Amino acid sequence: MNDRRAHVGWRAVGLWARQRFMALDQPLFFIFCGLMGLSLLAVYSASHHDPERFFSHARNLALAGLIMFVIAQVPANWLQKTAIPLYATGLLLLLAVEFFGQTSKGATRWLDLGITRIQPSELMKIAMPLMLAWLVHQRDGLKTVRDWVVIVLLLLLPVALILRQPDLGTAILVAASGIFVIYLAGLSWRLIGIVAGGALLLILLLIAFGDQVCAPGVDWPGLREYQRQRVCTLLDPTRDPLGKGFHIIQSMIAVGSGGIWGKGWLKGTQAQLDFIPERETDFIFSGFAEEFGFLGALLLTALYIGLVLRSLWVSLGAPTIFGRLLAASLALTAFTYAFVNLAMVTGLLPVVGVPLPFVSYGGTALVTLGVGIGLIMSVARDRSRVTQGFSLQG
Amino acid sequence: MEFSGRFSSEFRQRASVAALFVVLAMVGLTLRFAQLQVWQHEDHAARADENRMALLPIQAPRGQILDRYGTVLARNDAGFSLEIEPFQVTNLNATIEHISGTIGLRPSEINRFRRASAEARRFESIPLKTRLTDEEVARLVTRVADLPGVNIQQRSIRSYPFEASSSHLLGHIGRVSRFDRERLEEAGISNDYLGVTHIGKLGIEKSYEPVLKGQPGFQKIEVTASGRLVRELGLKAPEPGKNLLLAIDFGLQTRIEEAYKGRRGALVAMVPQTGEILAFVSQPNFDPNAFVDGVDPELWSELNNSPDVPLLNRALRGIYPPGSTYKPFMAIAALTSGARKPGDTIQDPGYFMLGNHRFRDSRPEGHGRVDLKKSIVVSSDTYYYKLAIDMGVDNIFRHIAPFGFGRTTGIDMEGETAGILPSSDWKMKRFGKEWLTGETPSIGIGQGYNAFTILQLARATAALANGGKLVKPRLVKAIEDPRSGNVIEMPPEIEADLNIPEDWLSLVRDAMVEVNLSGTGARVMAGTPYKVAGKTGTSQIFSIKQNETYVASRVAERLRDHSLYVAFAPADNPKVALAVIVENGGFGAAAAAPIARQVMDFLLVERTKEGRALP
Repeated sequence: MNDRRAHVGWRAVGLWARQRFMALDQPLFFIFCGLMGLSLLAVYSASHHDPERFFSHARNLALAGLIMFVIAQVPANWLQKTAIPLYATGLLLLLAVEFFGQTSKGATRWLDLGITRIQPSELMKIAMPLMLAWLVHQRDGLKTVRDWVVIVLLLLLPVALILRQPDLGTAILVAASGIFVIYLAGLSWRLIGIVAGGALLLILLLIAFGDQVCAPGVDWPGLREYQRQRVCTLLDPTRDPLGKGFHIIQSMIAVGSGGIWGKGWLKGTQAQLDFIPERETDFIFSGFAEEFGFLGALLLTALYIGLVLRSLWVSLGAPTIFGRLLAASLALTAFTYAFVNLAMVTGLLPVVGVPLPFVSYGGTALVTLGVGIGLIMSVARDRSRVTQGFSLQG
Repeated sequence: MEFSGRFSSEFRQRASVAALFVVLAMVGLTLRFAQLQVWQHEDHAARADENRMALLPIQAPRGQILDRYGTVLARNDAGFSLEIEPFQVTNLNATIEHISGTIGLRPSEINRFRRASAEARRFESIPLKTRLTDEEVARLVTRVADLPGVNIQQRSIRSYPFEASSSHLLGHIGRVSRFDRERLEEAGISNDYLGVTHIGKLGIEKSYEPVLKGQPGFQKIEVTASGRLVRELGLKAPEPGKNLLLAIDFGLQTRIEEAYKGRRGALVAMVPQTGEILAFVSQPNFDPNAFVDGVDPELWSELNNSPDVPLLNRALRGIYPPGSTYKPFMAIAALTSGARKPGDTIQDPGYFMLGNHRFRDSRPEGHGRVDLKKSIVVSSDTYYYKLAIDMGVDNIFRHIAPFGFGRTTGIDMEGETAGILPSSDWKMKRFGKEWLTGETPSIGIGQGYNAFTILQLARATAALANGGKLVKPRLVKAIEDPRSGNVIEMPPEIEADLNIPEDWLSLVRDAMVEVNLSGTGARVMAGTPYKVAGKTGTSQIFSIKQNETYVASRVAERLRDHSLYVAFAPADNPKVALAVIVENGGFGAAAAAPIARQVMDFLLVERTKEGRALP
């Protein structure tokens, strides 16, 4: 009898696990697995001289998967309740960093909790879209000036704190996650047009007058000297080929030398011979593209496009404003994340210190990304429950 | 909970725009990948290879220089040297100070280093101290790790084991200077010198540079960004330089150097039939080892300013009036021009009158009736004053030029001086003035404008010895490939046959033999077991050279005549011909002839006893 009950018990657990698994959004799950697979290959190649790193990365991936799995089981409406506590905690921690933070490599980003060091700005990547989506949901859209003031303040406060650390890369991502919510909630097209036009004009001016503004001694209001140098390096990496431009040049050589088919796994000379800086983290794509070529890069790009489009699709079917805004803004943030990194390592954007999502080595970012995908899956689960008959007509 | 339809359709629209934007951006990125990986692929692939591959030059061992019996005169010693790459050092003075505190450096070594690094190219590693002792290496090894840009390198160091002997013959190598680089680039052979630090600068080392140098090899390696070696990709072995086997008898060479006893001068001895040079001496010498890694400035200025001019290769570049050693050649010129027949005689009253100018004979009372043979034996100046006037300067020029006077001999050493064989054309070109008849008599006795190298004099003497053939003198007898051991003999070269009738040659030869039996050389050559044909000479010094510093104690000596001697022996089967000068040595028989005697004794007696007879 006992044996049988045990058997039944194990079957029940199996069944339950299977049910929980089937509740995950299948396309997202497989895209996630695909990215994990590429990540394992890339990180192994970048760090096989130090197996400890690879195993720690594998553990981080597993942890991210587990977190994703758990969060995916949480009903989306419950998530609304976490918006304020998470956002408030994140803001407090950012303030704590401002006053008690740990400094390393010239940036104050970490808080020492005794057991572990945490980077509160990472939490904001999740808390920001949660909070803003919740606000828009509560107000049923942004209808009054007061709504706008509140939401802009909620966006700017943490971004300003992160910028002060300074951490341009994270600030961009946190700002993006918030801006996407506002955009989806109905930001005026005219404003978007003005900002986009202004940005375009600025870029054109930079390209046209790069030599003048990059001359030594010129100060750029609002930007630090090292940030100015990064932009200048981007405009013309050969300005300082052994100094600031070295990383970008070596990265582009790595990518380009991979060709269509790549040099083969573990055979990338640029990566294996240390010509690529930060080759496990920010510049992991350089080594990946060198070893797997244009085809590898296409596969990776396709996975990102799939991830973003599937998540947007999920958001369209969400039953609540909160769910829609959350899933869509997380999707677009993931896109920004990937785009900024890929453009950075191929010399299209300045080096801002954004890792390649799901691929780069680094536990904190992976956990954040696991949470993000979990949230989207949670929204997806809601959709499949509530709006069974979802149609494009809405 | 539910939301309005307006919001829903607005959201769908905005999400669709975002999706479109995402796709476009990602396609844009893909185009960027394609640009780098497809269109610019070859360019980037080449740069990646450039990154990872490095060519390490492997120096080819330089050929050795040996004498005709295998004595090694220039070789490569393996040793450690302490080198500095100045571009990697922030505070050079402090670094040198630190090293000096460890192994102790002489100021001259530091000065030498500074001079060498001023002349070096960027990224070059300059030796601070070469030939480190084991103790110095041990002391330094632990310290260089803390001194960026300072390394201990194992180097092959050119070494001249006999130091200040035969330095003008061997010359030396030195660091490749900027000037050398430019010259190599102009010649289009700078690629052969990649990674080569030294080049022949003087003497045999310079003249045979292409033979001695060999071809550097290359190791193609893969390196990391920090320059660490990963693996070898390929290897091209260096081709070692070839060994030079000189015609020189180094035992003879040192014997002569000793015989000079610190006096200045030059001696060239050769095999008359082949032009092989047995001895090539220029005194004083210097130590070529001091020049290999850059000479220290102190020594340099000492050598440069010495009144003895030790850096002058007197055998190759010193030009002197031949004095009476010219008479045998004048005699042949007289016969070939038809100005004299062997039996013609003149009366020698002890002077020769040209107009109302009296040209004095060295013997005031004269030699009485003098024929051609006697003119050589007693060295009658009067005979040759008159002969010169009878021939005229241009006729002399025409008939004596075939002996090779006043032009380079074509010896296998760079930097030879032509000297001056005067003619009216030459004077017009040189001074823009007509030849004066009053200048002609001195020409006949080897004075006046005549100025030849000892090498020319030795070669002309060889022509008297070998039946009238003008040979090309050569220092290198054979070239040996060190790997295969193959030896290529350099064939003797005859520049011209002077077509002098044998009875005229034997007349002059007999006269030169008589010189050493009853004439000016009789005392010095007394008792030789071989017959010597020779002629003494004394060349007058008229004034101190303008650029010479006036040193009171030296003046008297410097005003003395140069002592010369030419000879070949044995007279009836000549095996050696030579010319020798001792500067300010006085009368020819006094200083030069005894040295010549030692040469002949050594070659014809001592060497024969040792079983090393000349062929």
